[in-house]
Amino acid sequence: MLKGEGLGVRYGKQLPWLFQDLEVALEPGEMVGLTAPSGRGKTTLARVLAGYLRPTAGIVTIDGRPPPTTGYHPVQLIAQHPELAVNPRWRIGRVLAEGVPPAPAVLDALQIDRGWLQRWPHELSGGELQRIAVARALNPQTRYLMADEMTAMLDAATQAQIWHAVTVYAAAHRIGVLVISHDASLISRLCRRVEVLPEPPAICTAAQMDAEPGLRGGH
Amino acid sequence: MLQVQGLQVSFTVYTQGLRQRRLTVITDLDVTVRAGEVVAIVGASGSGKSLLAHAILGILPHNAELGGSISFQGKPLTQARKEALRGRAIALIPQTVAALDPLMPVGEQVRLAALRGGVPAAGAREVVAASFARYGLAPEAARLHPFQVSGGMARRVLVSTAVVGQARLLIADEPTPGLHPEVVTETLGHLRELADGGKAVLMITHDIEAALRVADTVAVFYAGTTVEQAPARDFAGGGEALRHPYTRALWRALPSQGFVPLPGAQPAPDALPPGCLFADRCPLVTAACRVARPPARELRGGTVRCIHA
Repeated sequence: MLKGEGLGVRYGKQLPWLFQDLEVALEPGEMVGLTAPSGRGKTTLARVLAGYLRPTAGIVTIDGRPPPTTGYHPVQLIAQHPELAVNPRWRIGRVLAEGVPPAPAVLDALQIDRGWLQRWPHELSGGELQRIAVARALNPQTRYLMADEMTAMLDAATQAQIWHAVTVYAAAHRIGVLVISHDASLISRLCRRVEVLPEPPAICTAAQMDAEPGLRGGH
Repeated sequence: MLQVQGLQVSFTVYTQGLRQRRLTVITDLDVTVRAGEVVAIVGASGSGKSLLAHAILGILPHNAELGGSISFQGKPLTQARKEALRGRAIALIPQTVAALDPLMPVGEQVRLAALRGGVPAAGAREVVAASFARYGLAPEAARLHPFQVSGGMARRVLVSTAVVGQARLLIADEPTPGLHPEVVTETLGHLRELADGGKAVLMITHDIEAALRVADTVAVFYAGTTVEQAPARDFAGGGEALRHPYTRALWRALPSQGFVPLPGAQPAPDALPPGCLFADRCPLVTAACRVARPPARELRGGTVRCIHA
């Protein structure tokens, strides 16, 4: 189980907490929705769980142990903008092989044309590139997936296609998925459990948030 | 107001060394926008939505070549006319705050937009103040730099820069993704209101649900072609009123509808099939579909490029 205990983040000692004392738990094979207005720290939480950001307070564990600090991270983050998640100077084939090369069945499920592997990232559309980013994460070493607005930039047909592939793979390989989205109907399609990030502690007023846009995530 | 017919965009690209090749990325794109109307362009990324906006504004890169016709207010929109009209009669509402100058206070940017849009210098400050008031921005916000405003405020600033002048045609490029639902509603409301005030609004989006909330007409793009233009009300029920199989698939793929995935992928510009561009993914495909590109034809108050519709 992926657990976050007493998680808190603030981006400076003088700055208000983005969230505090947060308890998160994600079981293998479970799909959980996470929603909240912009600026509550959804993306920050995903980054903490995936090991990109050390929380100011609290601890993240997988099956009771802290995740490895070197090698492949068992919690993989898929962000909204795939063009920022791949090396622009690598061909797609090399991008895909960066971690654990995905199985051909995964490429088929995501309908990845083998011709794309010879191309550069800028030669693929956003929807095509996001399939590559998803394929890169769907391998036996991935145990949890943080899908942070993973399909917010995509058309409905591509969105349904990617989610269909991810749902089937996650169920078959017991991967826990955190679905972060503003889209309530998408979350209700995918998840039985939905968590809403709480409002920041009262000390952090909306006016302060507006004055410190660095605290706002999501845009 | 705006009429695009049979638009083609191709790029000259280097394949290897000095060897050049022409790559046609838009073939047969049609769209019509009238005053008082919001027309939404929906489609996958890579379907040509943004290139259309670039073609209208005359900001395609120099290795691009244009075919077909674009006319604005009844006259052909030449490159010279595009340059004269953009920022004046034709304005863009950009996608992100990144379109603002990061080093200039937002109020100043709206003022410059007003000057370019034909507002006399003497009255510009008042016009900017009125625009700020109109979009619920506090007067003090004029002094903030782009990094100091929230996502919702940034959207209002961007709308202000586009409408503070005398633009007749507004092009909104992906105005909604990643925004909180309240801000989405507000932004869409602004577009509707501008159209109701007599402007023509072209909204480019991948989000059909957002489009349907404000648009009168929806143009569906696929692989650089307009496959269908439909009144927004046709997107209802199981999509029976829709004309093109791709439009129906898009509609049924929505999480609020069937969430039915559509197999396959959009063909790449360098590997377009000779016949219908959707043939490889179409449930209705027959041998005749693969022979020639179906021409656009009128059907039930819209247009469609499908021989089976």
